[in-house]
Amino acid sequence: MTRLELHALAHARTGDKGNRLNISLIAYEPALYPLLLLHVTEAAVAMRFIHRKPSSVKRYELPKMHALNFVLDDVLDGGVTQALNLDSHGKTLSFHLLGLRVPVPHELARYARRAPGAG
Amino acid sequence: MVERMLIGAGAGYSGDRIDAPIAVVRDLKASGGRAAIIFETLGERTLALAQLRRRDNPALGYEPKLKPLLTPVLKDCVENRIAIVGNFGAGNPPAAAKVIADLAADQKLHAKIGVVTGDDMLGPEGIEVLRAASNDLPDDKSLVSANAYLGAQPIVEALGEGADIVVTGRVADPALTLAPLIHAFGWGYDDWHRLGIGTMAGHLLECGAQVTGGYFADPGFKDVPEPENIGFPIASIERSGAFVIGKAQGGGLVDRRTVAEQLLYEVHDPAAYLTPDVTADISNASIIEVGKDRVRVDGITGHQRPDTLKVTVCYDGGWLAEGEISYYGPNALARARLAADVVKKRSPKDIRIRCDIIGVLSVLGDDGGAAFADLDSFGEPTRDVRLRVAFAGNDKALVERGLQEVEALYCAGPAAGGGIRLALRPRIAATSCFIPRSAVTPRVEIVEARP
Repeated sequence: MTRLELHALAHARTGDKGNRLNISLIAYEPALYPLLLLHVTEAAVAMRFIHRKPSSVKRYELPKMHALNFVLDDVLDGGVTQALNLDSHGKTLSFHLLGLRVPVPHELARYARRAPGAG
Repeated sequence: MVERMLIGAGAGYSGDRIDAPIAVVRDLKASGGRAAIIFETLGERTLALAQLRRRDNPALGYEPKLKPLLTPVLKDCVENRIAIVGNFGAGNPPAAAKVIADLAADQKLHAKIGVVTGDDMLGPEGIEVLRAASNDLPDDKSLVSANAYLGAQPIVEALGEGADIVVTGRVADPALTLAPLIHAFGWGYDDWHRLGIGTMAGHLLECGAQVTGGYFADPGFKDVPEPENIGFPIASIERSGAFVIGKAQGGGLVDRRTVAEQLLYEVHDPAAYLTPDVTADISNASIIEVGKDRVRVDGITGHQRPDTLKVTVCYDGGWLAEGEISYYGPNALARARLAADVVKKRSPKDIRIRCDIIGVLSVLGDDGGAAFADLDSFGEPTRDVRLRVAFAGNDKALVERGLQEVEALYCAGPAAGGGIRLALRPRIAATSCFIPRSAVTPRVEIVEARP
């Protein structure tokens, strides 16, 4: 068992509507999808965004796309027209989710992406 | 009978690459078949900014880049019957039509321009409808714009009257794509399955390069060929609804990863993506690579459209000010934090204020300052940081007073702060509500341009 950032296992994109943020999380390989299902729960995402105090986190499953879609409510300080944040859309936050570390069994670690030159 | 249609995207937002439509039109022209190009240039607040320009000058209020976007492609499109559909009319579609008509005349073209209006709800009757739908709208004089999201129908009507170019204000973004499909294939307005598919094809196209390798590159993990010259998307759609996403020549890529990211972009419940035309459903979608830069999406469907239409209401949002200053070298972070503390203590109490330290914590933090208070748990100690202070409030003088405290850091703040930049701007706030369909009457007018 090794612990890896989601960045090695999946890719992601955010979108905003008002004070609501969605983050897609898409496994690089279908074999990695069950790992996302197991570890990237609504509770884990709520904890990851604790400073933004989400009023709710909802996870939708898209097994045929080996993807998850998270919808976080009230995390954008009012959204693009209200927030004082530099990134009032929350566009950068997909990579905050990708920084979450999850345990990866050895038999799945071979699917993990590594940065060039990182052995 | 038309069995297949190509639809390309020429712009995915108001600030998009201005030369992108050229390669798209070149490829559509070479295909020789039925084709259209869409331009999506309206964000949530873009329309409010357009309304402000129209207030200053009634001949303005359309997309400022309209002319540079269309000039290089208009002739090829009109001569090859490639329909142009764009929401670049923004707050003033008739004025945009006039610009396009003049451009066509300059290029010695005979063209029909369809003008879609009826989305503007800011008149007295419209405001009454909005107030019946929502209790938390600001007073009338603060309102800047209120626009209902129209569906595909008026665009289809304009195309049916022979329009070469259709210019709209606020319409649902996917309707720009759905309309030429309905026009070409004669899909019914209650054919929820195919309307769902056409809508999601439109969803994939409406952000331009975001499905062809734009907003995607992550070096070493997701590499994009020639990111400086990304070919914008072209979808090939069949009468049955089956479609493949491809792209114009140039850099970029289309694969299952780029399509998956864009398919879920700004989607909440995948089984219920609400638009004026249909409730699209991608909960069973699968993404299949069918060739190099060619991806098919199967399993999309649709359900009955919602009974109401969404209206985005924009209003005067007060003032936003931002000031920044850099600190470098030993103890830089401590000096930046001290500067933040000094500014907070000296700023007016009746405005909102937020501090960030760029290089340590600047986008993850919350406006309440909980993350900032916990700064030590975020970054490594660093020697190159930039304090950013943002202020917001309705009273311009108070916001300026806060900003002045950032400027005063030069002589009265911690040691060796440099590179102060200050910015102050008015802000547009937005909210939305839902109104009965019957309260909105889309209108279509045809303007003819002659050389």
